[in-house]
Amino acid sequence: MIWATVLISSVGCFLLKYAGMAMPEAWLSSPRVQRIANLMPVALLSALVIAQTFGVGQTLVFDERAAGVGVAIVVLLLRAPFPVVVVAAAVTSALLHRL
Amino acid sequence: MNQEVELPDSERRRITRDGVSLAFTVGLYGTAFGAAASSSGLSPWQALALSALLFSGASQFAVVGVGVITSWSLAVTAITGALLLGTRNALYGLRMAPILQVRGLKRVAAAQITIDESTGVAISQEHLGLPAMRHGFWVTGLGVYVFWNSFTLLGALGADALGDPAQFGLDAAVPAAFLGLLWPRLKGRTPWAVGMAAAITVLILLPHAPVGVPVISSAIAAVIAGWKNGVDKK
Repeated sequence: MIWATVLISSVGCFLLKYAGMAMPEAWLSSPRVQRIANLMPVALLSALVIAQTFGVGQTLVFDERAAGVGVAIVVLLLRAPFPVVVVAAAVTSALLHRL
Repeated sequence: MNQEVELPDSERRRITRDGVSLAFTVGLYGTAFGAAASSSGLSPWQALALSALLFSGASQFAVVGVGVITSWSLAVTAITGALLLGTRNALYGLRMAPILQVRGLKRVAAAQITIDESTGVAISQEHLGLPAMRHGFWVTGLGVYVFWNSFTLLGALGADALGDPAQFGLDAAVPAAFLGLLWPRLKGRTPWAVGMAAAITVLILLPHAPVGVPVISSAIAAVIAGWKNGVDKK
């Protein structure tokens, strides 16, 4: 099942990229389509941040992940690069996990 | 972006340098993906297959973000999330097609490396003409491809060797990674509103809806906000 997921999502995402290159320009160039496609990552990434920070299956919990993400926000506000943000969150969560 | 002006060697080298250093930085991040994939039960080969075949960071994180895929409904959630996040690459392709003007196998290769970074570097060379844009696209895209895949394998093998993901904070690394991808996009009122609406959607739906549905439902926020004409990015 994991392999099927990996392959289907890969093929689908490739076709999206290829479609953009091969399609007549008019199909995708409507401002509405552009606006929605630009906002789509914002919506999904926000949703994923919340789901991954507070979700365990179908329950909301507040645990060391929230602290890790809190530290990530601080580090982002300090304009740290990507890998630093991820490592800061991981270290915070790992330390709390051990307490 | 119209003229086929000659690209001076000095500019070509500068673009190469910029592209490769960006590729390396982004590629490093593949370590986090490899580790996250491993904590979701993917083998190193499966993690590497995603990086090689899917090759789009946010979509890849969406696949592994659903956790261990134990049912078809989780698989569908993973795939839908990846595809929704991948829609923007279609727009990048549309933007790059007249610049690259490639066909056949070269178009297949170009499509595969059409991502945030390659498109971004290409577009930022617009003032230098088409050859500069093409050079920026290929250098950055191929560079990210090489580094991203290498570091994915490294992260997956490393995490596999370490064991329990929570002990190393990997459970917090995944949402932090999403946050890192989201951050630069939160410019202006509309993105903030969409982000908040999506977050609230998840908080409300998560205890009631099947796993995965809350995240995918948040796409509605983007559709509603993008549908209306007056709302601009600013």
